[in-house]
This record gives sequence, structure tokens and C-alpha cells, in this order.
Amino acid sequence: MASGVILEVENLRVDIPVAAGMLHPVRGIGFSVSRGETLCIVGESGCGKSLTSLAIMGLLPKTAQRTADRMDFLGRDIRHLGEREMARQRGGSMSMIFQEPMTSLNPSYTIGNQLAEVHLRHVGQNRTAARDRAVFLLEKVGISAAASRLGQYPHQLSGGQRQRVMIAMALMCGPELIIADEPTTALDVTIQAQILHLLAELQREFQMGMILITHDLGIVARVADKVQVMYAGKTVEEGPCETVFDAPMHPYTQGLLRCIPIPGLTRRGERLGSVPGIVPNLVGTLSGCMFRNRCDHARDACANMRDEPTHMGDGHAYTCLRAPEEILGERQAAGTP
Amino acid sequence: MTEAALETVDVTCVFQVGQGFLRGSKPLRAVNGVSLKIPRGQVVGLVGESGCGKSTMANILLGLQRPSSGDVLYSGNSAAGFSRRQIARRIQPIFQDPYSSLNPTKTIEAIISQPLRIHNVGAPSEWTARVTEMLDVVGLPRRVAASYPSQLSGGQRQRVAIARALVMRPEVVICDEPTSALDVSVQSQILNLLQDLKEEFGLTYLLISHNLAVVQHMADRVAVMYLGRIVEEADSDALFDDPRHPYTRALLGSVLTPDPRLGVPDTHLGTIFPNPIDPPSGCPFHPRCPNCTDICQSVPPHLVSDGDHETECHLYGGAS
Repeated sequence: MASGVILEVENLRVDIPVAAGMLHPVRGIGFSVSRGETLCIVGESGCGKSLTSLAIMGLLPKTAQRTADRMDFLGRDIRHLGEREMARQRGGSMSMIFQEPMTSLNPSYTIGNQLAEVHLRHVGQNRTAARDRAVFLLEKVGISAAASRLGQYPHQLSGGQRQRVMIAMALMCGPELIIADEPTTALDVTIQAQILHLLAELQREFQMGMILITHDLGIVARVADKVQVMYAGKTVEEGPCETVFDAPMHPYTQGLLRCIPIPGLTRRGERLGSVPGIVPNLVGTLSGCMFRNRCDHARDACANMRDEPTHMGDGHAYTCLRAPEEILGERQAAGTP
Repeated sequence: MTEAALETVDVTCVFQVGQGFLRGSKPLRAVNGVSLKIPRGQVVGLVGESGCGKSTMANILLGLQRPSSGDVLYSGNSAAGFSRRQIARRIQPIFQDPYSSLNPTKTIEAIISQPLRIHNVGAPSEWTARVTEMLDVVGLPRRVAASYPSQLSGGQRQRVAIARALVMRPEVVICDEPTSALDVSVQSQILNLLQDLKEEFGLTYLLISHNLAVVQHMADRVAVMYLGRIVEEADSDALFDDPRHPYTRALLGSVLTPDPRLGVPDTHLGTIFPNPIDPPSGCPFHPRCPNCTDICQSVPPHLVSDGDHETECHLYGGAS
């Protein structure tokens, strides 16, 4: 294990029994996060990105079954930790920021109470220490008059402020790893930029590892060091952020990038690219490339394809039958990514 | 400029907001003197942060909310001459969340044909044919007519909402965040569909969105709202190439284009969105403005026109 690696996951699977059979929302995901590094997991709803984060935190619904070849957090195998031991990790050395700040804060307790609770539970010092830490962090996340805010309830704060409180809460015990699941989706563009700016700054300052889960490619491009594109529970492409955006190899990644209007590049009124069709059902036995029914380049062999990523060097890999030469040749012919 | 399909003239909408037991109520100016023209056959984008009055504007235009003062003109005629039902024949909405805007207990056919039923258009025997036609238009398979909303995906539901809006052949469609709740690949499908339908039916759109990339892609003209006022309005190219109001610049600066070589921008906007019940003196944007001067704190700016480009900011000589 490299010295800076915080979390290492190999072949993570989640299976959930449903009425129609066995649902396979996550089907063999692997990644690693190092100190000070940001990994972005991108994908559309239903691709398993949120369940992946819950699986790491040990917060899956009771019926779900989690298996993995490896799940090492800070050099320790966390696959078989008991609930009590996991609870000690959560909020302590790994913490999570959820999407909706209104529903993830308790409306009937004050901000101060909720912030202090985390500290008292994990660090266990006295209330004064917890309160001091809360004030320190609220100031850090840019909330004015922090000391007087401690007595306020969540409804007295705006959406952006609530998300800042959530971030402060995640930082209370000085975590090594932060998992942020769509942290800015519910917020205005201006606030979104501020929150992401803040997260990036705090991450640099505290040298935390961060897993950011989002469907917004704009966010990914701006904050990620490494990108992992998920489709139907599998990684279809991964690599360093710049490489993936400059030279996307998998048809799904390419399709996603063509879908978004980009000021200055796409022209008004022009049709946007699209990925036709919808995500496949992940119940039952699945085989081959799950993207084949939406893919322009699908061929017969895709139905029996095995997960053998093609490596492009520098950590960039994609799982598709198309050879690199074919994709690169096509890109050169088109003159665009 | 072409004739306005829809126009507001100095519209103000005031809500009385209770301050708690025995404390009486205070006025909240959700929309404060807005004049906006929506030319026929064009797409006008309305952008701004939550709480700026965008949705109140939509409700006023749809005739769901009566303005406290000012007037709404439908093809040049005052709203006073129209009933709710007559307005609904001309103007239809598409809302943000297709999960809550469709009645879960009705079939898709019932949902799409409801406007026909309400307005008593044609014979009931023709309704099924109209529904089938609309399903084709929005690209849904005909078999979904018998389905319920819960059986459809988000993108399909939004297509149903579009079919319902268009079944009456309205002149104007108010799209309130039509793609915010959808995935990227679905978003582009819906935007393409809206674009095609505009050509096919000669529609006029008011596109309300906080996603500026979407607005730039769709809109011919853009109005930026802040705290109930339109602070800048211009043709799309002019506004995006040469944003003048500091708020517009901050908004544009916050757009995260997928360029991995750029970091997250620091907008310097501050975190505090002013309380609309107690708006700041002078220019309402001054507490967050990086270009704030003394005059901004005391004197509200006037609208300054430079050709088609209108800005409400002291930087452009609005103090006269």
C-alpha cells in the first residue's frame, strides 16, 4: 500500500433482493483515494453511485448484501467490522455530506447541539471543547457571527448556510476521508460555486481525501483529480481528470460530454448530442456490456463482453470492445473530442 | 422587434407576510415593477437565484396570481378582459418536477386529455386520437397512454407534461426549470424536443432557469432578476459576451463549464442573500456587490438603455 492511500476498494458489489429477483445496483467497483486527493464518481441516476458511497460508510439498507475483495480504510480491513466499530469510524475518521441539507439536519435541535453531539460522541471531551471546535469550524466555513448561530435552528438558515453547517459537522472530528454525495445539487449556481470553492480549500488545508459523487460534469471538471464514470453499476471509464475530459474513450463518456450545452462551444438552436434510450434494468443475471442497447457502436460481441479494461497508461482505462486505434482514428477524422 | 405575444407592464406583486402572533404583517415585494416583453416566436430566458421572484412572475403570466399593480398584456390586450380559462388556452406551463406535476392516480391518457375536457374542445370521441397524436409528437410510445405516471421514468414524465401543455395548441409555454430535475442525457433530449416543438408549432417560450448554460443554448433574449427587479436585459449574445451588471457577471462567473484546466471560481458574492421583507436601501444588490460605491447604498439606480441592452446599475450612469 502506498503511504498516502486512505481508502482502497476492490470489486465492491451490492446486491438487493427485490420481488422480481436479485437487483445488482453495484457490480464490481474498485478505486483508491489518497490524502489530499479528490475522486469524482460520475453517473446518472440509478448507476449505483450513491449506493457505492453508502456501502463504504456501512449505511446500506438492512436487506442489501455487500461483498468486496478488498476494503481497506487507513490500512485496516473494514469489511467485517461490527456496527459499533463502524459507528466509531463514521463521523470520526470518515464523514459524509449529503445532498439535501434541510433533511439531513434535525429540525428540532439547535445547530450548536448537533455540531457538539458529533464531537462529544467521538472525541468525548467536555462541552466547552466541543463548543469551541464548533465555533472555530463555523467561522472556517464562512458563517458570520458563528458563536451566536449556535443557538439557531436549521429553519433559520438559508440553504447555502445549512450546507455550510453540514460541512462544518463533517469536519468536527478531523476526518481523513470525506464523502460528498451531490453536495450542491439543491443549491443556486452562485452558492454552488462558493460551496465547492470552500470544500476544495478545506480539503487542501486539512489534507483530506475526498470522494465527490455527482452527475454534473462541470463540477467534475473543476474539482476532480481522478474521475470514475459509472454506468449500470460498473466503471466504464476512469483516469486523471484532464485525460478523461480531453480524450474520452468510452462511448458513454463521449455521449455525456456531448449532451451538455457549453457556452462558447455549442451554438444556440443547434441540436445537442444525446444518449438515446434509458438505463437498463439491473435485476437478474446480467452479462456483457450493459450500455450496448444505447450505443452507436454496439456489435454482436458486446453481449458476451468481459470486464477487461483497456489501459491507456497514466491510470486511464476504459471498458469497451473498441480498440484505442479505432477511437483515436475516428477522433482525428472528426477533429473534435 | 416582432409583436409581443406576452408582455408585463410595470407589474408589482406584494404579499403580506405575517411576522408572528400579534406582530402584524409586513409587505414582501416578490415582483417589484417588472416590464418584460416576450416577442412572438422567440425564447426569452429569465434567470436569477431562488427567491428573486422568477416563479411569482410565472404565476402572474399564467393568470394564477393577480398582480398588486401593473398589467399583463396578452397579444396587446389587457388581462382584465380575459377569464382564467381564456388565459389557459393561450398560455400553458411546464413545471420543474415531473414527479409532482402529474396526478399519480390518473392514466397518461386522462392527464393529457384533461385540458380538452376542461375546455370542452371537440367531441369526446376525438380525444383519444388527439392524445395519440400528442404522444407521437413528444416521442412517447403509444402504449404509455394506459400507464400511470409511476410507471414512467423522469424524462418520460416530462414528455407527458409537455404533451399536456401542448394539447391545447397554446401560443406561449412557460417552462419553469424544465430540465433541472433530470439527468444530463435526458436533459439534452428534452431540450432538443422543446427546440423541435418550437419550430413545429411556432411556439413562444419563457424559459425560467438557473442553469445559464441551458439559457444561453435556448434563449434569444435574457432577463436577469434580482430581488424582484430585472437588473439587466439584453439579447442573448450581448448579455453573454458583454455582461454589464455586476450581478450578471457574478452569475456568469459561477457557471462551471466542463474545463478541467480551470478551478472553482471564487465569486466574491458573499453568502448573505438579503431578506426580501427588509430589502437593502439604494441598490438592492449593494451589500454583495464588488463595485459598490457610496451612491449605491442610498440611491436606487434607474434603468439605462443602450440600444436593446438595458442595465439597472449606477456604473452605467443610472443616478440621473
